[in-house]
Amino acid sequence: MKSLKNHISLIIALFTVLASVQIYVAVDRTIAAYESHLKNDYSVIVVANKAFTPQEFTAMSSMIERSEPISTEQVLERLKGEMSEKNLALLKLTLPKFYRIYLNRFPTPNEINNLQKKLQKNTAIERVEGFSQTHDTVYKLMLLFKDVVQVFSIAIAAVTSLLILKEMRLWQFQHAERMNIMALFGAPVWLRSAVLFRLAIVDAIIATLILCFAFFIIDYYGVLTLPLKEIGINVQLFNFVNDALRSLAISLGISIALTFTIVMFHSEEE
Amino acid sequence: MDKVIIAENLSLSYKEFETIISKATFSIDSGDFVFITGASGSGKSTLLKSFYGAIEPRQGNLSVGGVKMNRISTSKLNFLRRHIGIIFQDYKLIKEWTIEKNVMLPLIISGYTGDVSGAQVQKLLGHVKLTHQAGKYPPELSGGEQQRVAMARALAHNPILILADEPTGNLDDYSSSVIWSLLEGANTQLKTTVIVVTHHIPEGLKVPYKHYHIEFGNINEIS
Repeated sequence: MKSLKNHISLIIALFTVLASVQIYVAVDRTIAAYESHLKNDYSVIVVANKAFTPQEFTAMSSMIERSEPISTEQVLERLKGEMSEKNLALLKLTLPKFYRIYLNRFPTPNEINNLQKKLQKNTAIERVEGFSQTHDTVYKLMLLFKDVVQVFSIAIAAVTSLLILKEMRLWQFQHAERMNIMALFGAPVWLRSAVLFRLAIVDAIIATLILCFAFFIIDYYGVLTLPLKEIGINVQLFNFVNDALRSLAISLGISIALTFTIVMFHSEEE
Repeated sequence: MDKVIIAENLSLSYKEFETIISKATFSIDSGDFVFITGASGSGKSTLLKSFYGAIEPRQGNLSVGGVKMNRISTSKLNFLRRHIGIIFQDYKLIKEWTIEKNVMLPLIISGYTGDVSGAQVQKLLGHVKLTHQAGKYPPELSGGEQQRVAMARALAHNPILILADEPTGNLDDYSSSVIWSLLEGANTQLKTTVIVVTHHIPEGLKVPYKHYHIEFGNINEIS
């Protein structure tokens, strides 16, 4: 019963570390998907006094993915009743060209400023509107959210690692007698501590399986993916091959490293 | 005759200014049966600990089975211990292991296969009259039975040296007689060197023995 309790304590602690890492990864993926979503909606408006081809725009900056002219026909159509045909034709000739420029990634505020400066170097471009105010707010909120999750994950991982270390110290005390007796008969360190390593490995595998199961359920029932889909973000929160392997590696790494530490610091009873 | 233990000006202590054994010079031949006696706290158990490397010499030299014990490396110490059988007053059996597995411990450590070690364990359990208890766990046995298990374990790997610290201190007459006859048997038939730390030398021993007495940190050979 006591041993089962020790197992559960370690499994829960390892699961917490894995879950915090997985949550961080999932948030990172969501933010990346959101950035891509924002990128599709985001564009820079350029006002120019001459016509530009899409190639001319893409040659101006590597960030520019494509461009499209904004038609002025709708505005002119509305003015048809209020102006004469002659004036309309004149206005059409003097009206600047409007372009919508799409970028290949969601830019940082600095990148927007640099792009604006680059475009404005061209004398034919009269004005560039980057909507930097709105962009800044969204972007900063996103970064803040990411940082908070990161700090939260690191704090959880650190506290839980200390708990695991304490748990393993208890294991060491429980197994100290056996390890000392084996040492008296010349057992090498690996043989004396084989039980500790076996327990650590088994618990690491169980913690990983529980994590995979938990995230499978979350994914399967769309607990998080459905609300995200509603705001246009399609993201896979748990990738079974990559995430399961990474979690297993982290879990085994932590438990084996901590077991190794307590074995190395174990001093033989005189 | 080969010397199993050679001590030259050997001093032992746990703390720097608290010498327990002071500048002792003696040797024990291979195949000897040796008793070490002394009052409580005289240092007899400490001396025995130095033979299996649980305490290092403070001064002087100590060699056990040809291995120098001064600043001995862990791998050398493990190698030496695989050729020593140790018996303690408190048995030191692994409680979570069956009697059979406890006796098998030195054979597991030495890397013997299951068949070889299984046969050896059955033979030894027969010698200590515990074949019927093989599947039980140490807490299910009496003190005398546990010490007989410890005795079987000490003999399992045919050691060159058996060290026994008060092996019959808490035992009933029957278990004591089994322990002494097994120690005598190991000494006479297998030529194993036996060193026993005790308060009282048992009467009626059939083997010739040497007797060292420790007093005020000095080791004196009595017979």
